[in-house]
Amino acid sequence: MQNRVRMLRKIQMVQFAVIDLNLYLNTHPRDRRALDEHNRLVAELDKLEEEYVQKYGILTAFSSSPAPWQWIDDPWPWEINYSR
Amino acid sequence: MWIYKKMLEYPADVERVDPLYASYLFAQFGGPDSELSAGLRYLSQAWTMPIPEGKATLISIGTEELAHWEIIGTLIYKLTKGVPATELAKLGAPGAHYVQHDRALYPHDASGVPWTAAYIQSIGDPVADLHEDMAAEEKARATYEHLIDMARDAKVIATLSFLREREIVHFQRFGETLDLLYEYIDKSAQKEPVEK
Repeated sequence: MQNRVRMLRKIQMVQFAVIDLNLYLNTHPRDRRALDEHNRLVAELDKLEEEYVQKYGILTAFSSSPAPWQWIDDPWPWEINYSR
Repeated sequence: MWIYKKMLEYPADVERVDPLYASYLFAQFGGPDSELSAGLRYLSQAWTMPIPEGKATLISIGTEELAHWEIIGTLIYKLTKGVPATELAKLGAPGAHYVQHDRALYPHDASGVPWTAAYIQSIGDPVADLHEDMAAEEKARATYEHLIDMARDAKVIATLSFLREREIVHFQRFGETLDLLYEYIDKSAQKEPVEK
């Protein structure tokens, strides 16, 4: 669980940067430096999520799942202790 | 459409259970300036926002608010988990919540008043809607400051501080959207033929 939480927190960090840049780009769509940073972070996020999904299970119901259907697996986001 | 991602936007944790404090957090779960109000307010306004930057801002921020609603719900869930009903009965608001909802989440405010769409506005005039949104962000920021003033749990404070900062960023983005909207309105006015 410890490694899983560590990976999840890494994903949360990179994802947060992507969310914040998304909002900034909505009102600054021509800021090239911000756009490049957004695109670089999206690539990093994709890589981290791919690794996480391989090891611990799918993050959305739009991923293919090994049998049996993995989407129902615990823990759900509110059931995780993040600071362990 | 919306896609659920099986993770929180921020690692919301608590040091220990505290059902009385959880009852205060309901202000941001189902109160007037709650994350639920914010999400539905912005998402409702998106259909009639005329400028592309505005449509994107309302959809992006509205979506993030639902992720914040999930974070507040998680804090309440963790702060009340496993507390016996006899303990809740001694605390007032947590006891009243237990009678009608057990430990289930239900969108009401800190005093138990159920959430209502009357908390939000969507008037169709984009200038008025954006002013409503900026005011809502400031009211939510103030609510988080009240909650932080009363908190003693360091982990709860960390999560509320993150959410407070997001209100400030959202206010900034809505302000920029309003500037872009005024530019659009000025340009449209110049294009219209002068009536004689």
